[in-house]
Amino acid sequence: MTTNEALFNFSLRIADDNLVLAQRLAEWCSRGPILEEDLAITNISLDLLGEAEDFYEYAASLGDEKKSADDLAFLRSEREYFNHLLVEQPNGDFACTMMKQMLYAGYAKHFYEALLNSKDETLGALANKGLKEVKYHFRHSSEWIIRFGKGTEESQLKCNKAIEELWRFTDDLFEMNATDKILMTQGISCSLMEIHPLWKAEISHVLDEAGIAIPEVNNAIKGGINGLHTEHLGQLLCEMQYLQRAHPGAKW
Amino acid sequence: MTEEEKLIRFNSLIEQDEKIEPKDWMPEAYRKTVLRQMTQHAHSEVIGMQPEGNWVLRAPTLRAKKILLAKIQDEGGHGLYLYSAAETLGMDRSTMIQQLHEGKAKYSHIFNYPTLNWADIGAIGWLVDGAAIVNQVSLQRTSYGPYARAMVRICKEESFHQRQGYEIMAHMMEGTKAQREMAQDAMNRWWWPSLMMFGPSDKDSWHTQESMHWKIKRSSNDDLRQKFIDKTVDQAYVIGLTVPDKDLKFNEATSHWEIGAINWDEFWNVVKGNGLCNHKRISHHIQFHNLGKWVREAIMAYAEKNNQLQTSN
Ligand SMILES: [Fe+2]
Ligand SMILES: [Fe+2]
Repeated sequence: MTTNEALFNFSLRIADDNLVLAQRLAEWCSRGPILEEDLAITNISLDLLGEAEDFYEYAASLGDEKKSADDLAFLRSEREYFNHLLVEQPNGDFACTMMKQMLYAGYAKHFYEALLNSKDETLGALANKGLKEVKYHFRHSSEWIIRFGKGTEESQLKCNKAIEELWRFTDDLFEMNATDKILMTQGISCSLMEIHPLWKAEISHVLDEAGIAIPEVNNAIKGGINGLHTEHLGQLLCEMQYLQRAHPGAKW
Repeated sequence: MTEEEKLIRFNSLIEQDEKIEPKDWMPEAYRKTVLRQMTQHAHSEVIGMQPEGNWVLRAPTLRAKKILLAKIQDEGGHGLYLYSAAETLGMDRSTMIQQLHEGKAKYSHIFNYPTLNWADIGAIGWLVDGAAIVNQVSLQRTSYGPYARAMVRICKEESFHQRQGYEIMAHMMEGTKAQREMAQDAMNRWWWPSLMMFGPSDKDSWHTQESMHWKIKRSSNDDLRQKFIDKTVDQAYVIGLTVPDKDLKFNEATSHWEIGAINWDEFWNVVKGNGLCNHKRISHHIQFHNLGKWVREAIMAYAEKNNQLQTSN
């Protein structure tokens, strides 16, 4: 793998995370618990879509084939998607969605922060843009988790179920492969091992305040960055890519 | 002031084109009429999120997805803004929503039609938002202050929606055969219902006269409809869409397009609940409102606990 290829894969990974999570959040459209929150979720989805677009465009500029950002988003199959398993998980109830958001945004925040020092200027600039947004996403979802943890018995119960459901996907966020190795030696990316404790401290702080314990059980599932996914991703892509697949070559 | 003096003052405000504000005295019938219209408007914005939301996960490009999602978000924002403005007339939002669920409050009949292909998203922006703008521009001069101001704010966004919708249609008309067919299919299904959005013909509309007298309504249904037709027919021709009306003709003398007869039976049928999506729209709203109950309860419980904490400190 050349550095360029590694950078291409790495940009796709980030873009895929953003797009898949944006698609999941968009499912809440007209389904929010209150109108204000319907709009807030759409807003976060829009932020993530914007980030996805930026990273796909960067990937497209690196690839040698003439593929556009849309080609990359709409014409790759589930084995070619590199997003983390966490973001492709179904929304579940609102507590589950917010838990997923908090766990992911906490990760993205430290990940982007580390990328600020990347030797690759574009990556650094995109991380800087993303960072501002995920900071807000983290705050927004953390507030909900605390509200639920300290709210009613029911909301607490739902939060506990959510963390039990989602915790198994968190190790996957810190997996690395050949792509990371190449980019790390070039000072383009960072070791996710170093980010892990920062993330853990930050999300533990939120969960502590909410009175929610991190589950003991650890049947960690991994595979996202190598194109190995849960069954949910295929369904999500099937819906998302429908028009591009049904009308090859059409311009929209 | 006696009741009589209050009424005289109210009438003179209306007469001089002054705005009626929440603190002003107003006849009960005026308050009811404005409230009915504003809640109906707010519900329409919110229920309208559903037919467009039907395509948000399937939008064909990243750009199209962003535009559509932002558009739906705008509509939700309009709903929110209108609910707040309507609350100045003494009803809270939860009561308005309850009335929607009970069928006591209405929303625009247009959202009971299904969105069956991607061009429907174009058609809604171009035709439905296009028709809404004509109506809302006129409502910027409505006599109730908070409503008029809400319209000024909302109209700015609506014209974006209309342009974006038209762009989708134009793009598809330049595309493949299948795309052109989708666009024409959407045109065929949305044209007449959009014309019906302005309501029954003036001679059959019993609300109009009273509303015009109080300057709640500033233009008649037929006048507004004609304005919409004149601007839209030309836009259709430019991109090669056929207006599905064999009687459509341009009257040189009046410089207006004249349309064939509107099928008002279809309109009333949909209003009475027999559209393809009436049941779905309301049951969707009820379903997710009920699913969100525990969230709203948690918000209250958390706020309560925080308050207690603050007062005990
Ligand atoms: Fe609107
Ligand atoms: Fe609109």
